[in-house]
Amino acid sequence: MTTTPHTLAPVSADLLRQRLASILPAHCLIEETEAQRPYECDALSLYRELPLFIALPETADQAQAVLQCCHELGVPVVPRGAGTGLTAGAMAHPEGVLLGLAKLNRILDIDPVARTARLEPGVTNLAISEAAAEHGLYYAPDPSSQIACTIGGNVAANSGGVHCLKYGLTTHNLLAVEMLTVEGERVTLGGDGLDGPGLDMLAIITGSEGLLGVTVEVTVKLLPRPEIARVLLAGFDSVSAAGDAVGAVIAAGIIPGGLEMMDALALQAAEDFARAGYPRDAQALLLCELDGTEEEVAQHIDEVSAIFTAHGATSLRVSEDEAERSLLWKGRKSAFPAVGRMSPDYYCMDGTIPRHQVSHVLEEISRLSKKYDLRVANVFHAGDGNLHPLIMYDAADPAQVTRAEQFGVDILELSVAVGGAITGEHGVGLEKLNQMHDQYGESELHLFEDIKAAFDPQLTLNPGKGVPILKRCQEYRALPGKHNHGC
Amino acid sequence: MAADTALGLQEAVVEAASDQRPLRITAGGTKTHAVGRDCEGTPLNVGGHTGIIDYQPSELMLQARAGTPVAELAAAVASEGQVLPFEPPRYGGNATLGGTLACNLSGPGRPWLGSIRDATMGVGLINGRGEQLALGGKVMKNVAGYDASRLQAGALGCLGLITDVTLKVVPAPEQTLTLTFEMDAQQALQTMSEKAATPRPLTAACWLDGRLYLRLAGAASAVQATAASWGGETLTAEHPFWADLRDMSLPFFKGAQPLWRQSTRATEPLQAETGCLIDWAGQQRWYRSSDAPAVEAGHVVLFAGGDRNTEVRGELDPVQQRLQLRLKQTFDPQGIFNPGRLYSWM
Repeated sequence: MTTTPHTLAPVSADLLRQRLASILPAHCLIEETEAQRPYECDALSLYRELPLFIALPETADQAQAVLQCCHELGVPVVPRGAGTGLTAGAMAHPEGVLLGLAKLNRILDIDPVARTARLEPGVTNLAISEAAAEHGLYYAPDPSSQIACTIGGNVAANSGGVHCLKYGLTTHNLLAVEMLTVEGERVTLGGDGLDGPGLDMLAIITGSEGLLGVTVEVTVKLLPRPEIARVLLAGFDSVSAAGDAVGAVIAAGIIPGGLEMMDALALQAAEDFARAGYPRDAQALLLCELDGTEEEVAQHIDEVSAIFTAHGATSLRVSEDEAERSLLWKGRKSAFPAVGRMSPDYYCMDGTIPRHQVSHVLEEISRLSKKYDLRVANVFHAGDGNLHPLIMYDAADPAQVTRAEQFGVDILELSVAVGGAITGEHGVGLEKLNQMHDQYGESELHLFEDIKAAFDPQLTLNPGKGVPILKRCQEYRALPGKHNHGC
Repeated sequence: MAADTALGLQEAVVEAASDQRPLRITAGGTKTHAVGRDCEGTPLNVGGHTGIIDYQPSELMLQARAGTPVAELAAAVASEGQVLPFEPPRYGGNATLGGTLACNLSGPGRPWLGSIRDATMGVGLINGRGEQLALGGKVMKNVAGYDASRLQAGALGCLGLITDVTLKVVPAPEQTLTLTFEMDAQQALQTMSEKAATPRPLTAACWLDGRLYLRLAGAASAVQATAASWGGETLTAEHPFWADLRDMSLPFFKGAQPLWRQSTRATEPLQAETGCLIDWAGQQRWYRSSDAPAVEAGHVVLFAGGDRNTEVRGELDPVQQRLQLRLKQTFDPQGIFNPGRLYSWM
């Protein structure tokens, strides 16, 4: 997608500039095109757009004032964290303000007794665990981008990661979110307890992709750091054998702290990159992390080793210390950039499928790879069925771009067809709006549309993302004097 | 006996919507005069809508109709070596899946094992227009669309009629063991927090009548090693303490005095030692008293007894109230579902 010209009337833009300049210090307002470039896309660079203005508030009060101003002037606002999203969910609106919250990055409080942390939205995911470490605690959800992604973005995306199977998603690890409504009012959802009065609005805000409110403070649960974690690395000569081994671990009553799979191409790329000692001859690789007490982990290492062996593991290796555990994870955690070295560009998909469909889905992806003449490497959270096929293409070749996009669509449709979902942890953003029709019927989509309108009647908060607009937007666009809000 | 009565339920909702006639959703009848306010309306019974629709142990997934007794579900998953992680109260065997979700009721393990809200992956819902909606899905990672499934947890049926629920189930622990210690409430609160901050297989912590109960569950090796290091007296595996706590059938829960429930942080000071039960390692406090306990943090619900025509839950600020009302209207534009059950204005 190319940048579209600003179409807001010049007077309005001048007025908006004036108002924003009265709210923010000069260094917190970016309007020159070149200075805006770093913000023109999130991690899905297929979609790019520049806003009218970029506001980078340093306090929640400033963010509140920006929202109040934009609401008053009827200007679209797109919230943004670190920009690590993969679905263009934070792509700017050409007639609006991009509200970057990364400067709100203070850890406000860690309560080691209550095992909670109170955070500004721009605190990175990893920084929470680093700060909690002195108390023997950590924050469980660990998206791959955790070194850069922010807790506010995690709330917006209901982010997951390797630990999800055992410790849940962001939604399972939140106690409260203080948010700004589109009108710029502050409201706290959730609270000190595990549940609050009234409807559970925290549930609906989490994963709402910045369409219902703007997060300015988050309270998360912290967990005791496990005494020990060890990784078991196992090669298999087929994806189906590895898939069966995953099912057998679950059937044995063991829920690993992480259970990841890579196919042959992904593991080759990761090994070239990380030199972790992965078995290059394997067709599929499993990384199984077992965490808990010393006794429990020792017991489970033995049990899982026996299961993998019984399911035909061609190689087996157990980390002996923290350095080796980190090394074994290094390949998996760098799989995306490793694949990036194999191709000018790659397109990361995010479908979820029932585990028993893994072999079938990977066979289909292989068939599609031939059909579209594009290579694909598969990396996924095997424990919870969340696939990340990485489709390799060259963005300089428009035909390849088209084929890559259609390939992605086919994978998402396939995920739904086998009983899964079009997104497990990246969100819908702008990228998957059409595929929402695959997963949901018209009644459900109308409900989502109405939920959006309940929070944001004028549809000015991150417009055009997350939920395909059916009737309401058409009516809205017909109103005289309204902008195109990306519907 | 499994029975799919969804069509009849949908017809009843369509009819009520066209007459703008309020409906009072019922099933097992175990929570009619608890959790929420009393409400008026034509009874619509979901209790006949029963049965497991889909259960795939290897996927850790169970889908069942809303009227299915949770005891039946627990038995079904137990036969595969699994459990419902949220330990639903069974209330004499009549508590149903839909009612448990609508009331967001979970057992003693909630801080460690999660609530029914946390285990919910998808929900079938008939909205106020009589449309059957399939919200969420059957996989544990799904962030497509707003999470309207978990929104049903604790909504007391005021957003729609839950027809089925898809849940995450988990393997049963290899071993479970309970340690007890004699101590006062203050000491217990401190001990609970200390133990909960250590990486040991603690899955429940409760104080009642001068005694602290700690439940260990997980790999046998970890449970035994922890029990050996923590000491205390051991309760026999057959002891019904946790089941009685889960089902609120302990003597503490009997009697005429109003029962108040406080959901709060573990560090919150205790309001009273007598007439109090501390659960969830200090994050849930139960009080028996004629008046609401004066608390500093968290929120208090008049769970059972007392005047159930008053507001039984804490006040919401005006912004929250406005947003919640709009959500109600989104699901139930004519306000036919359980009017007043959650709040007088909803």
